Amino acid sequence: MVTVLIIIGIVVVLAGAGVVVAKRRSSPALGAGTPAPQRIEQAAVAPVVLNATTDAVPADVAVAEDAPVAPVVAPADEVAESTPPSVGAASAKSRGIFAGLRAARRLKAIEPSTWDELESSLLRGDVGVTTTTRLLETLRAEVAAGTVTDGSGLLERLRILLIATLSQVERPEHGELSLEVAAGRVPVWLLVGVNGVGKTTTIGKLAYRAGGEGKKVLLAAGDTFRAAAGEQLATWGARSEVDVVLGAAGADPSAVIFDAVQRAGARGFDVVIADTAGRLHNKVNLVEELKKIRRVADREPGQVTEVLLVIDATTGQNALQQARQFTEAVSVTGIVLSKFDGSARGGVVVAIEAELKIPVRFLGVGEHASDLIAFEPIAFVDALLADDPVA
Amino acid sequence: MFDALSDRLERIGGRLRSRGRITPADLAEALSEIRTALLEADVELSVARAFCDNVAARCSVEALSKSLTPGQQVVKAVHEELIAVLGGETLKISYSSRPPTVILLAGLQGAGKTTTAAKLAQWFKAQGRNPLLVAADLQRPAAIEQLRILAEQAGVAFSSSGTDPVDVARHGVEEGFRLGRDVVILDTAGRLSIDQALMAEVAAISAATSPHYTFLVIDAMTGQDAVHTAKAFDETLALDGVVLTKLDGDARGGAALSVKYVLGKPIAFASTGEKLGDLDLFHPDRMADRILGMGDVLSLIEQAERTIDTEQAAQSAARMLEGTFTFDDFLDQMNQVKKMGSIGGLMKLMPGMSKQMRDAASQIDDGEIARIEGMVHSMTKAERQNPDLIDRSRQARIARGSGRSVADVAQLIKQFKQMSKMMKGLGAGKMTSIPGLGGGLSGARQMAQLAKSDPAQLQQLLGQAGGGGLPSAPWAPKAPGVGGGAGSKNKKKKGGRVTPPKGR
Repeated sequence: MVTVLIIIGIVVVLAGAGVVVAKRRSSPALGAGTPAPQRIEQAAVAPVVLNATTDAVPADVAVAEDAPVAPVVAPADEVAESTPPSVGAASAKSRGIFAGLRAARRLKAIEPSTWDELESSLLRGDVGVTTTTRLLETLRAEVAAGTVTDGSGLLERLRILLIATLSQVERPEHGELSLEVAAGRVPVWLLVGVNGVGKTTTIGKLAYRAGGEGKKVLLAAGDTFRAAAGEQLATWGARSEVDVVLGAAGADPSAVIFDAVQRAGARGFDVVIADTAGRLHNKVNLVEELKKIRRVADREPGQVTEVLLVIDATTGQNALQQARQFTEAVSVTGIVLSKFDGSARGGVVVAIEAELKIPVRFLGVGEHASDLIAFEPIAFVDALLADDPVA
Repeated sequence: MFDALSDRLERIGGRLRSRGRITPADLAEALSEIRTALLEADVELSVARAFCDNVAARCSVEALSKSLTPGQQVVKAVHEELIAVLGGETLKISYSSRPPTVILLAGLQGAGKTTTAAKLAQWFKAQGRNPLLVAADLQRPAAIEQLRILAEQAGVAFSSSGTDPVDVARHGVEEGFRLGRDVVILDTAGRLSIDQALMAEVAAISAATSPHYTFLVIDAMTGQDAVHTAKAFDETLALDGVVLTKLDGDARGGAALSVKYVLGKPIAFASTGEKLGDLDLFHPDRMADRILGMGDVLSLIEQAERTIDTEQAAQSAARMLEGTFTFDDFLDQMNQVKKMGSIGGLMKLMPGMSKQMRDAASQIDDGEIARIEGMVHSMTKAERQNPDLIDRSRQARIARGSGRSVADVAQLIKQFKQMSKMMKGLGAGKMTSIPGLGGGLSGARQMAQLAKSDPAQLQQLLGQAGGGGLPSAPWAPKAPGVGGGAGSKNKKKKGGRVTPPKGR
């Protein structure tokens, strides 16, 4: 530790000395240099509770004008009617990646190029080399055994293999999230993930969903690091008409979540959904902080029943690493694949489920509160293998 | 970021090099492994294929059979191709003769546009410019507030007025002109490349503000879709370059390579941390070196130059080499280092660092540094000047004073003495190398001593410091890592091989 520091120090100091030498040669004046990079300043202040029904909402937010006072929103089926998000709809917007498969489907005989196309399609969908190789080996064995003889049969087998891969992990139906707690405890859902994947947005959607099921939801703004993250969550709270416990910028996230849990216990809330600051999984200290958050959230009356890892569908093979590290740290119970309405197919979750046995629970398919749908293997695989609707 | 990719290529290269003869089958196998390594690093499929084809073209079987070191030949071909792909000039911002210079940031949701906008503002400020941040993201809740807070932290002006993103942007540019700001940075809402309405909106923003630079902000963790997205944004906005974010993660960043390859647009800036200062111009040639494990001394020097008190550093360096390095110097040094950003980030720039060393450094946080400082601050003035004074009872007092254990204090002093001895050896010109540092340090010593050299020569020397411990091939056996600490008496004789100065 000291050694490392000193070595760094030496190199830095000598580099600096070298600079002096160079500067002496080139100019008589020595620049004082620019100010040091600024650490984002924070001050811990006691948390604030924002009541959705009474407190002001930022002006730029669209809230339903005739919003009822009671924290009850449109029932789930109505939601589904108004904006029917579906995997199909999401994938219809996707294009390009699996164009090659169309040709494969038409093919009668299986040619070397068929294999190339299958491989390309899977790789382009971010399924990853290892999983792709494993799938293709299985298919090759079947072709060699004569059980599959033509292009469309091969594609169908691939589809079934993928669905089977995604069915190995037990997944609660209809995206149900666990509320099972010991008597007197409050269930806590913790949202974790790297920066910018959509944790806060996902919480807004989960709150909307749970509220729609008639649950009394309390949001905990555990992201006290990113500027205005609390305000962002408060806006979502207002949209979904649920209460939010806010901490001051820079407050201890564990404390904010602890306060929320206490409050939920005292006021009879059904579930606490806790936000956390985005953190890269390779930052040891931030991961330690997350472990602490989980421990604190698990303290009476709280009980962590779900730890949801949000993964951006555009993420490549690094998602596997994210899932591995986060689950090691805080025992992830499920994955929310966000931004699935984009052109990325999120194939890396196949690898995650196959390797780490963590079920994908939801797909995020838009920016509206209702744009969250329960993950369903068959629909997902069909979207993954869908033909290009444009070309 | 490219660590894992370079580790993979290193292994492939190492295996090839050990062979006296390379058959076509060997080559095919190596190429297939390179392709896998690239794909696992999220390099886009067609780019990975093209890369391998080009490597293959560079090392035909005939050429290999003639070569005495065929393995070396393949490794060299990979190196050349990597530079060709990443290559190109570092972006040089040319400011508009009629200010303000307008910069438009666009990208997918969550790529890091807002943070990047603030970092860019701070960067321009450091260049002596006077930027204005404009929040035209009216979509995401609290995005405006986020940028407003960040603008305050960066100490730059902020504007966001209007109810329509196009108006906000246009008004922002006018405001910049009115206020006499010379750079206006426009933050826009995240949008999917396939969302035609929003793509039309960003095109309208672009048309209304005629930005001088349009940058696509891309997350380094992006997978195969990166090329797709970049193409779509380029078609709509005619990009000038890319800002790569979250490079401090462990993603292998293949997306960067692919976008550069497919669009031919440079990676203009790269962002490597959560602090506002963690953004800098992207240097493709240096990145190629970094991928190949050769460090990035130039960036390090530049960073040092910007942040540290160079006079003080020079004095401190002189004392170090004389062997009169004290705990006071150590404290100074820590302060200098802290100013330069995260230790892990610095480590990546250093040449010849072993993986253990980098891993060890990435675990160091400000808290740990504070604890060490606490121990040093608990020493008396005399003790700091002369660590030999510190006996057991003094150790116990220091431990009490700093709230650490006696063992911690003893450890600190022991390691400090070892290091100071090594530095003295270095100053005396002994051929010694600190474990884990490869040849970087001796290069640095030369650099400090060569007061006679002109800057250009110094640069060459720095290039040598980069490759000093490494033979001419990029994949050299690395010096033993520090691992458990400085306890190892593993002073390795430095092999006399030095790379010829790289043409920069």
